[in-house]
Amino acid sequence: MKEAAPAGCAIADRVDQIIQKHAGRPGALMPMLHDVQAALGWIPEEAMDKIAEALDIPAGKVYSTVTFYTLFSTRPTGKYIIRVCESAPCHVEGAAAVMAELERQLGVKPGETTSDGRFTLEYTSCIGICGVAPAIMVGDQVHGNLKPDMIAGVLAQYE
Amino acid sequence: MEFVRAHVLVCHGTNCSLKGPAAIVRAFGDQLREHGLEGEVRVVETGCFGLCEQGPTVVIYPEGTLYTRVKPEDVAEIVTSHLLKGRPVERLMYREPVPQQPVQAFPEAQHFRKQTRVVLRNCGVIDPDSIEEYIARGGYAQLGKALTQMKPEEVVAVVRDSGLRGRGGAGFPTGLKWGFAAKAKGDTKYVVCNADEGEPGTFKDRLILEGDPHAVLEAMAICGYAIGSHMGYIYIRGEYTQSIERLGHAIEAARNIGLLGSNILGTGFDFDVEIRMGAGAYVCGEETALFESLEGGRGEPRLKPPYPTDAGLFGQPTVINNVETLANIPPILEHGAEWYRGLGTAKTPGTKVFTLCGDVVNRGLIEVPMGMTLREVLYDIGGGIPGGRTFKLAQTGGTSGGCIVDAQLDVPMDYDNLAAVGTALGSGALLIMDDTHCIVDIAKSFAKFFLHESCGKCAPCREGTKRLYDIVDGFSKGTGKMEDFALLERLARVMYKAPFCALGQTAPLPVMTTLQHFREEYEAHVRDKTCPAGVCSALVSDKKGA
Amino acid sequence: MGMVTLTIDGQKVTVPEGTTILDAARRADINIPTLCFLEGLNNPGSCRVCVVEVKGARNLVASCVSPVGKDMEVTTNSAAVRAARRTTLELILSDHPYECLTCVRNLNCELQALAENMGIRNVRFEGERSKHEPDNSSPSIVRDNEKCIVCRRCVAACEKLQGLKVIAPLERGFDTVIAPPFGVDLMHADCTFCGQCVLACPTGALHEKDDTGRVWEALADPKKHVVVQTAPATRVAVGEALGMAPGSVVTGKMVAALRRLGFDKVFDTDFTADLTILEEGHELLQRLTKGGTLPMITSCSPGWIKYIEHQFPTLLEHLSTCKSPQQMFGALAKTYYAEKAGVDPADIYVVSIMPCTAKKFEAARDEMDSSGHQDVDVVLTTRELGRMIREAGIDFANLPEEDYDAPFGITTGAGVIFGATGGVMEAALRTVYEVVTGKTLENVNLTSVRGMEGIREASVDLGSVTVKVAVAHTLGNAKKVLEMIAKGEADWHFVEVMSCPGGCLGGGGQPIPTNDEVRKARAAGIYSADERSTIRKSHENPAVQALYKEFLGEPLGHKSHELLHTHYVPRGKYRDI
Repeated sequence: MKEAAPAGCAIADRVDQIIQKHAGRPGALMPMLHDVQAALGWIPEEAMDKIAEALDIPAGKVYSTVTFYTLFSTRPTGKYIIRVCESAPCHVEGAAAVMAELERQLGVKPGETTSDGRFTLEYTSCIGICGVAPAIMVGDQVHGNLKPDMIAGVLAQYE
Repeated sequence: MEFVRAHVLVCHGTNCSLKGPAAIVRAFGDQLREHGLEGEVRVVETGCFGLCEQGPTVVIYPEGTLYTRVKPEDVAEIVTSHLLKGRPVERLMYREPVPQQPVQAFPEAQHFRKQTRVVLRNCGVIDPDSIEEYIARGGYAQLGKALTQMKPEEVVAVVRDSGLRGRGGAGFPTGLKWGFAAKAKGDTKYVVCNADEGEPGTFKDRLILEGDPHAVLEAMAICGYAIGSHMGYIYIRGEYTQSIERLGHAIEAARNIGLLGSNILGTGFDFDVEIRMGAGAYVCGEETALFESLEGGRGEPRLKPPYPTDAGLFGQPTVINNVETLANIPPILEHGAEWYRGLGTAKTPGTKVFTLCGDVVNRGLIEVPMGMTLREVLYDIGGGIPGGRTFKLAQTGGTSGGCIVDAQLDVPMDYDNLAAVGTALGSGALLIMDDTHCIVDIAKSFAKFFLHESCGKCAPCREGTKRLYDIVDGFSKGTGKMEDFALLERLARVMYKAPFCALGQTAPLPVMTTLQHFREEYEAHVRDKTCPAGVCSALVSDKKGA
Repeated sequence: MGMVTLTIDGQKVTVPEGTTILDAARRADINIPTLCFLEGLNNPGSCRVCVVEVKGARNLVASCVSPVGKDMEVTTNSAAVRAARRTTLELILSDHPYECLTCVRNLNCELQALAENMGIRNVRFEGERSKHEPDNSSPSIVRDNEKCIVCRRCVAACEKLQGLKVIAPLERGFDTVIAPPFGVDLMHADCTFCGQCVLACPTGALHEKDDTGRVWEALADPKKHVVVQTAPATRVAVGEALGMAPGSVVTGKMVAALRRLGFDKVFDTDFTADLTILEEGHELLQRLTKGGTLPMITSCSPGWIKYIEHQFPTLLEHLSTCKSPQQMFGALAKTYYAEKAGVDPADIYVVSIMPCTAKKFEAARDEMDSSGHQDVDVVLTTRELGRMIREAGIDFANLPEEDYDAPFGITTGAGVIFGATGGVMEAALRTVYEVVTGKTLENVNLTSVRGMEGIREASVDLGSVTVKVAVAHTLGNAKKVLEMIAKGEADWHFVEVMSCPGGCLGGGGQPIPTNDEVRKARAAGIYSADERSTIRKSHENPAVQALYKEFLGEPLGHKSHELLHTHYVPRGKYRDI
């Protein structure tokens, strides 16, 4: 789960801190992006500009990198991102039903965020927890061996 | 030194973590205190034990009693009955699938008897956060031996002679790779551990890193010594939070006592390790795509040649090895190449960690010698198909592997034998599917994976994975045509050979092998617009409406 | 360097070590088809069209990036290779609009040519196609991503030539799209509109904004007095759009064609190029003697201007305040010429033919209205002119040679060399030399500033002062020059910068293909046109002299400042909001 979202100048300061932390490191771009994503729940334009400036690379290169990866978001996300695995080992164990129940309970489709800003629902490829398929991740937490009737209980754990 | 009469090992592998082993550990703590046993009984949080389906698992030593599906409410009984009175709690004991007999000591269980735990030697046995326990079991001794008693070439020779082949999926001879890197010209060389485990059905690297992180660190340092590198990176997928945490602790612990960093063991050899995280892209498991990502950019593969051992990470000579490959290194140095060759098959010595998933009783992690058949793994160790259902097909090697049916269950599982029957050993993922599934529906999930994970660089894969999906999707929706089969075959033939990297090249394999074995079922979807398994909703509801 | 012998399609070929299979095949007269490969700029080996079979290799091999090996056996046309090529092409076509007949690149499209050469008659793959709205935001370049085949040649041009990443691949897999970051359109990105990406693009995914409609309309409007100016670099290139050899000097035919199209007056931008030399030469002398910002940097390349506005706004003072010849022309057309011709400036419609896409942006800049009207109404690229000539059914190659109209048609060799990198510098030095030394410059061929090297330097002894100059072409080289200036490491007095490789002759509006060979041919044409000119120094242009006498007064005088000089706009580094 990410930190409580800072705003305005606080975003700039947080990003500056992150840039400082990784400055001078070879291959600093990915660690910087990870930290911004973790701190803010997404990677705003402003952060990408600062990172581009700090690394002396074009902003286009930063944006091109960010949009390549599933775990990076260029839009604000909910407090918790729910990732539902749809790869074969989860698919054959009933992932579709789990997703359907999540859609029903949250009232959103994959790619969307609930109106209260609590959850963003996403599909994901295999998260490497196939021994307890079907599995999902809510933030950093994994939930496995899921059946539709367990979903309400899982969601209730997250305010 | 503390003397304890019993150890309680509570599995904290991610699969078991889902069910809150922390509560079990707390319960043990409370109960032991209540009965005045806290000085005599030690509770240890260990790594993955392998029986993921039946977690949380608890093992009590010295008896080796294995309790499964333990709840915090059960702890009181375990303490009073087993630890105080010496009477194991039968209702919680692991049962053999057939016959349903409780097992007194887990090494006797069929599930474990048939295993040869080399890579997993410490998983489920030690507390992975304790470097002392790792050392107590012989950890870092091989690094010490290498640094003080062996020349780098000798280290390479042992690995080469052992016949160890890469366990990430490609099966390239590890010693050969180390030898190339050792000979490569360059002042700065790198050791990279590929922990980007994205192959669906595979979770071994996650659990090895959670259960025995030091094994990988030690192996990386040994590799560094062998090739002349002083810097290692572990590229691990961002989703593996627990593994990343464990690794972080392990690296710090190793640094603190001088087993990583400068002047290791006073030998003047420097080697340090940094963790770098992936960000959700399967293609980054491809070695050159991994380098692109680590260096800071899109994970798009590079041209080969040059090969990583000549110009890899940051353009420098690099050895990149899978987690499981590395975990084999300390035992190989300890017991020797000949010992390793004594395990497994002639062309593929050693063991393999397989991950069982899908419709199998004992879903989880096992390690067996190379060459064991799938029939043995599935029935003797895996416990067979739950619910008494019938085996339909198994996908070996993950989503980029092919599918085999009953007739091939007796193929000895190693790289060459499985390739000969049109599939792959790959990462060691074994996805078992029973007869309730629709083959077209399954094929569609295979195709969807590649569609999402294609990096988009080369045309045959970028466009081909899309059209592959479109065709199979058409079958599932009743819009397929009989001509599509020939089209699929043509597309597959080209995709096997033309794309830039292995992702595109293997994308058609799972679909085509299912087509090969289940042609009738596919044709039913196209010619008759029916789904025999009753799964494809467009076709099932059509029938209902008719 | 060792030699390697290999067999290609049964033929023995011997080539230097390190040669690619593709190049080796060419020497055996085998042209392996390519798509993403762009000589000197892009070879990611990613389209997989150039694949070949190599005996012993497990998979097909991309010939454009694979070096030859001793005794290698290569097959370029086996059944497997042909199947792979055709299937790959069909896959690409399955996500490509079937709009050839109405596409700007009809008959000059590499994808179309490939499909034809491979004999594709049926694209068997069906399914969803990528949907993208075209980006029409800028006056210069249009992005049409539905036609994009993601070959990334445009990205390579922007990155490797211009040192920018205005457009880059975004997203992943089938969803990959080449676009500016942050969802901005081209108008709001840090694009310089140089158009090198357009030249690199094999299809119609990137093309110039088509303004021919507006010109036809103006030509048909009896109330409008339509004048046209032609840039130096167009006269050695427009012939290519009409089937003639690259570099053919077709000045007279171009003038004839323009008349037949219906322009009321056909003038030459070379005239205002000469004028620019007078203004800029004196501006340089003023800075040299009275202490102005040095080095002074030329300002006639609008792509370059936009570049420095975005990337180095703190160095804007180095720029000459002179407008480009195109813009000087427009301002004078609607003042001096209007007066002379007795036409209401409101009825004068100024069209310019340019080798450049950025000129369209330049003409539309807010400050370019010193005449009281938009100084230049429309800019057409050389390619658009070619289309208009074809549409009019004019048999270009057989046209007679005609002369420009006076007074703006009287020019010098110094004016024409503006079209080549180093040309502005050379023209300026021809004049500055004589102004400072008072002596006649006997050999006007100042070859030290000519050539295709990225950055060239020279020193010119003017007696009282030795002027140090530098010439750079492509923005990647401009960046190096600017960084030196910023660090105080540069001792130049005068610097010429052109956005495009080779200078304007390699501009983003020139006929496609524009490659090294073509650029060299066009350069040869330009310098030969200079050689053949009667007058070769700008200050000797009698029409320019008359202009000062009758209208402007003196270089850098009040009227000049009003009409012929401009200011610049600092912009954001990564975007232009």
